[in-house]
This record gives sequence, C-alpha cells and structure tokens, in this order.
Amino acid sequence: MASRDDIKFLSNPSIGNNKKKYCRFKKFGIKYIDYKDTDFLLQFINDQGKILPRRLSGNSLKYQRKMAVAIKRARHLGMLPYVTDLLK
Amino acid sequence: MRSYETTFIVDPVLSEGEIKQTADMYLKHLKNEGCEIVHINELGLRQLAYPIKRRNSGVYYNVELTAPNGEFIEKIELAFRRDEHIMRFLTIRLDKYAIQYNQDKRDGKIGAHKRKMQAEAKVKAEKEEAENRAKKEAKAKKDAARKEAAVKKAAAKKAAAAVAAENEPSSDNTEKTES
Repeated sequence: MASRDDIKFLSNPSIGNNKKKYCRFKKFGIKYIDYKDTDFLLQFINDQGKILPRRLSGNSLKYQRKMAVAIKRARHLGMLPYVTDLLK
Repeated sequence: MRSYETTFIVDPVLSEGEIKQTADMYLKHLKNEGCEIVHINELGLRQLAYPIKRRNSGVYYNVELTAPNGEFIEKIELAFRRDEHIMRFLTIRLDKYAIQYNQDKRDGKIGAHKRKMQAEAKVKAEKEEAENRAKKEAKAKKDAARKEAAVKKAAAKKAAAAVAAENEPSSDNTEKTES
C-alpha cells in the first residue's frame, strides 16, 4: 500500500507554489519602451521572433500594447527579424 | 511645438563622405521645414536582421526634433521615398515619457550607458580606495618605525639609567663599606 509520503512524489511538487507574474513596466516604473533598444525587446519575443502573449510575459494590457508597437517598429527598421529560427 | 523622432537607414555601399552628405542633406531639409533639431544620434553601421534591397547592413541615423506641426512629415517622407539611397525610414511622435527617456539616455542615466558609468565609477572608487589604503599603510609603517625608534630610544635611555643607577649604589656601597 502506498503511504501518504509516497503519493506526495507522484505529483509535480512545483505545482501550486508558482510565483505570481507581474508587469515589469508597472513594477519598475518604465513609461516608455524604446524601439531602438533591441536587447530589451528580445525579452518579449520567442525563438522564432514572435511576440510573446501576455499570458507568458505577464505584462499589463497597456504596456503589452506599447511593447508590441515598439517591436513592430524595430522590425520595420531591420533591427529585429519578422521571421527566423533560433533567434536566441 | 511637438517632438518627433526620425530614423532612417542609408545604403552602406556609398562612400563615407557620400553617406554623410546624404544625412546632412536631410537634416538641412528638416531645418528648412521649420524643425528644430534637438539631437542627432548616429548609430552607425549595423547588421540588419533581414536583407533589405539585397543589403545585409545599413547606416542608421536617428534624429530627434521639434516642429510646430506635422506638415513636414509628408514632405520629408516623400523625399525619402524618392531617394534610392534611403533603405528605410520611420517618423514617430514622441510623448512626454519618450522625451524624458531620450534626455535621460543622453545624460547617461539609462541602460548600457548607466552600467558603463557605474562600472567606471566603481573602478575609480576602487582606485581611490587602493590609494587610500596604500597611504594608510605607508603612514602605519612610518608610525611603526617612529614608535620602534621611540621604543629603542626609551630602552636605550632606560638601559643608560639602569647602568647609572647600578653604578651609583655600587659606588655608595663601596663608600659605605669603606667608611
């Protein structure tokens, strides 16, 4: 018979103690997102150059919109790719 | 007055002088339209993320300016479109946060500049600290030497005194025994 202690390891122990996501722009008081700062924008796109959803980045709607605009501007100017593989 | 920011990419195939000439021409154009140029940021030759007009790199120019209204945009963009040496261009209006950001960036309060300046400050502080420490050590050494000398002198004095004291009572004793 499995005792109570065995059952504990059958489930993922990390479930339930996830840290809550937060909007870094709100937290650190960033008001403007520079489209020329590609290193910063890289944090919000995945390996294929796609913009990460709010679900993953944790941004508030206001700053997600601004961030998306900044990324699109950077793409237009050839600072970020539209499509790629293995960006990071 | 409203603030704008224009970025354009010049064809890197041109010679350096030609590139500068092109950029200067557009700056003059902007001034003729009644714009006041706040800052010119020459980002220089950069690798493009994807080929544009079969080029893999471009020379970036970023100009921050103020203008009474947005009428200049149409004219300058028409000129950009007609010029085949301009690969891409983008004009945006800056809000107050963007102006603040650009100002801070110029003052070296943001990002890479800040980190660089902080690193420099750190190095400077460390240097000063090292100097101070060296000074302190030298001072301590001097003090120690002085102290040692003083101790030696005192010891010598004591020894002399002891010798004298030894001599005196002995002489007394001899005198007493003699008497």
